[in-house]
Amino acid sequence: MNTTRRGFLTAAMAAAAHGQLGAQESGHDHQEVPSDLTLRVKALESLLVEKGIVDSAALDALVDTFEHKVGPRNGARVVARAWADPSYKKRLLSNAPEAIAELGYTSGQGEHMLVVENGPKTHNLVVCTLCSCYPWPVLGLPPVWYKSAPYRSRAVIDPRGVLAEFGLQLAEDVELHVWDSTAELRYLVLPERPSGTENMTEDQLAVLVTRDAMVGVAKVPAPRPGGNE
Amino acid sequence: MNGVHDMGGMQGMGPVQYEKNEPVFHAVWEGRVYSLNRAIRAWRKWNLDTDRHGIELLPPADYLRMSYYERWFTRLLTNLVQFGFVTKEEMESGKPAPGSSRATPALTATMSSGFLSRGIPSSNDPKVRPLFKVGQRVRARNINPSGHTRLPRYARGKTGTIMIDHGVYSFPDTSAHFLGEKRQHVYSVRFTARELWGESASPRHFVHIDMWDDYLERA
Repeated sequence: MNTTRRGFLTAAMAAAAHGQLGAQESGHDHQEVPSDLTLRVKALESLLVEKGIVDSAALDALVDTFEHKVGPRNGARVVARAWADPSYKKRLLSNAPEAIAELGYTSGQGEHMLVVENGPKTHNLVVCTLCSCYPWPVLGLPPVWYKSAPYRSRAVIDPRGVLAEFGLQLAEDVELHVWDSTAELRYLVLPERPSGTENMTEDQLAVLVTRDAMVGVAKVPAPRPGGNE
Repeated sequence: MNGVHDMGGMQGMGPVQYEKNEPVFHAVWEGRVYSLNRAIRAWRKWNLDTDRHGIELLPPADYLRMSYYERWFTRLLTNLVQFGFVTKEEMESGKPAPGSSRATPALTATMSSGFLSRGIPSSNDPKVRPLFKVGQRVRARNINPSGHTRLPRYARGKTGTIMIDHGVYSFPDTSAHFLGEKRQHVYSVRFTARELWGESASPRHFVHIDMWDDYLERA
């Protein structure tokens, strides 16, 4: 094991210093994983466990949380509740952290939240131009495109162009508000409730709500005739 | 610092590449890198701002080429040596130094859910007085610090309106470098796209940026 591990970390550090880490990747943010990253990360984890710096079970728990427990389904429950219950919506727009905690979603990166509401003449879009800030408790970890250079660079200067790439054409008379997450505030878009959903239950509404609509790069589509359930 | 991470308004980065049904982690190592970073921060040897600055310090060409979690991995290797968790010799051998003492992990599995819900502190401490008020016109200062800052280049020198006072937060420009929390008010400042990008911008396009007192001056 020692011989397998030997040199991997040093190689990773040297590669970083010389700008070669990930040289096998293509030029964009997409994931073509250099296989030796698997080995380097394993080597580092083994070293840190042996030194007592980290506990593997704690790492497992963190991965499990973000793969299975926290994600955009949480945000969809929040949106559906706001659509179904006007008093909840009022609380959500005036004190988002408390209203979101009512549904039990309280993990980190959601302590300070603002919910911004879309309407027929108002559209909101969320970005973090400086890094990757994102409301983890309600949306989970951000997708690659949200953290990518094309989205971060253009969302503030050419939001209509970005939205068009997502297939969303906004009418000229719609006011567009872009929220750049430069501090510890995290933003969630409350999308417009689509027509044809008047008789749906909160559970049925939650199924309709997408991650993209809660970032503001899409609208929630109206349910197909015949119903979604 | 005026680094490549400060991307707002840059052009030429190409179209957004969208992946349908994207997994949370694209490979096992990404999840391990994510959780290693979180678990080691539980030692409280550095803070969120230090971590953000660690990514900003990557050479620009590396920053642009690396995938997101490769950046995190590279930063972690640097931090582990810099803050004394691992020696260069241990990085070389992949084994703890002979005779070195074994630590007790700062984060255990049973703690991890409580750890996840622990917040970033803010307050409405009345002793920290706001320098500006809602409705006031302000200008983002033209500053170019060589260290960490959360004032994006595209807003510097531009005039906007304070829309919300978010309360009191520690100041990233000092906290990243262990120069104190320098707690102060943070505001949501609204800028018209015409102010930021010129007369060809749509009059119905606004950008809201969160800004600390020290980033602002009266307009």
